[in-house]
Amino acid sequence: MRDLFRGELVRLTSEEPGLRAQAEARWQRDTEFHRLADSDPAQIISEKKLKEWFEKQIENGFKPDRYSFAVRTLADDRHIAFFALWLDLIHNEAWVGIGIGEREFWGKGYGTEMMKLCLQYAFTELNVHRVSLGLHEYNPRALRSYQKAGFRMEGRTRQDLMREGKRYDSLWMGILREEWMQMQTGDLHE
Amino acid sequence: MNDILKGEFVRLSSIDPDEFGKAFSRWHRDSEFMRFLDSSPSQLQSQKGMQKSLEEDLEKQKNDRHWFTIRALDDDKLLGDIDLSIYNWTGRDAFVGLGIGERDFWGKGYGTDVMKVILRYAFTELNLQRLTLTVFEYNPRAVRAYEKTGFRHEGRLRQFLNREGRRWDMLFMGILRHEWMEQNGQ
Amino acid sequence: MIDIQTQLFEGRDIRFGPIDYEKDPEIETKWTHDSAFMRMYEINPARPLSAAIIKKQYEKLEKQVEEDKNLYHFMIRAKEDDRLIGRAAIQWIEWTNGNAWLHLGIGSAQDQRKGFGSQALGMLMRFAFAELNLFRLSARIPEYNQAAIALFSKFGFAEEVRRRQALDRDGRRWDLIVFGLLNSEWQNQTRA
Repeated sequence: MRDLFRGELVRLTSEEPGLRAQAEARWQRDTEFHRLADSDPAQIISEKKLKEWFEKQIENGFKPDRYSFAVRTLADDRHIAFFALWLDLIHNEAWVGIGIGEREFWGKGYGTEMMKLCLQYAFTELNVHRVSLGLHEYNPRALRSYQKAGFRMEGRTRQDLMREGKRYDSLWMGILREEWMQMQTGDLHE
Repeated sequence: MNDILKGEFVRLSSIDPDEFGKAFSRWHRDSEFMRFLDSSPSQLQSQKGMQKSLEEDLEKQKNDRHWFTIRALDDDKLLGDIDLSIYNWTGRDAFVGLGIGERDFWGKGYGTDVMKVILRYAFTELNLQRLTLTVFEYNPRAVRAYEKTGFRHEGRLRQFLNREGRRWDMLFMGILRHEWMEQNGQ
Repeated sequence: MIDIQTQLFEGRDIRFGPIDYEKDPEIETKWTHDSAFMRMYEINPARPLSAAIIKKQYEKLEKQVEEDKNLYHFMIRAKEDDRLIGRAAIQWIEWTNGNAWLHLGIGSAQDQRKGFGSQALGMLMRFAFAELNLFRLSARIPEYNQAAIALFSKFGFAEEVRRRQALDRDGRRWDLIVFGLLNSEWQNQTRA
């Protein structure tokens, strides 16, 4: 079977709460990153509070409907990104949230590879039927990356976001398990 | 779409810890029933104790356990309970556990009826891929009911139980989604 | 006379030992990042786990051993340097029926295929049958885990149940097999 946690540029890992809080605290200062990734207002949260949050998550334990990963570079083991999957167990659908916090790694193929690992995990370990995501219309780089990964445009909600005095649409994309399987032909059973 | 919680003779309904606690502690006194149901030693439990443990169970396993009481359609009598425990979401396989506490309703087709209802729920509402169940070899009535509903034998754990001074096998049975769909013309 | 000289927790190259909260989480976290190992060891989805999460799991485990009294758990340690090489457990013990389930794994690739799994399984079975006096042991193994199937078969376990297509991994479905062995069968094998 394939290696689920290792790609060519990055590996997937689970971060210690303290290190995770450090990384998140650093990334939140980059409001361009936040505004590309998120729709809630940019904010500043103390590293201490973030660490408490992550420690509480460990206390609460794992649920079968949520999977999150930290992403580290293979070259020098830097913690650069994250992604998470939220599952609807009954309908067997997953939502993905993904983001590269370290901006020097934007536009270099890291996002594409992360999504590749994410979909591989979703379709061959979680066995979901489809993966969905949303993005802002002002994030064309993400749109191209997701299209390359196999996501199809499914719709847009008009003007549901307001930032810098202007209104923007949200785009919705999805990929089905059979579509992803077809893209893999040949890779599946080594 | 039809009422998927209803069969021919029974319907599935919610667990009311108060009412179910009373009934369940009464059924617990029927050790024959308990020995069909469970591999743990029969224990007596007060109504209050039963109610408390039911409330805890309901809270604890909310998402992975779908638990219903069984009521007769004609007079709404509480007959027993049935549950689906999804032990493997990614494989979409669940254990079915059925217990009809009211012995007047044994051997009359109620078990088969409620099993049909839960299979439909499992495959068309929870979208599971298979169901698993275990049954003791000294419970041939249950084995026949499960065979009738489409479960196939998958093996037995030899001499798994120790009761009444001898040992008994525990049978495993399973039904796959495509098998159920073929049987139900889907 | 009873053979109490044979050490229950000492093997040739390995021993059964306690959890080392300082050293073990760092080692075990690496295993959890090896999806190939995790898919052999667990039927739940493979997930990388931080050392902090593993520490918490150890705590829950020791609590369960103490409170539920239906679990025996051992760290498999290399005798040469006491490093953690695997885990072994006798779980879901039903005392009145005398049955339990075995679970074991050797975590890192360099420690595999050296006979450590064999040694560990032999010791685990002796403890279960000759110290806990269990009547039978079961093990739940996915059909793709050829190494485990070979190991348990070598020790006399018989395939008893085949749960058809119960697992979905790597794009296809697999059977989940249950193996079983009776104490009397084990005695015939080992004392013969």
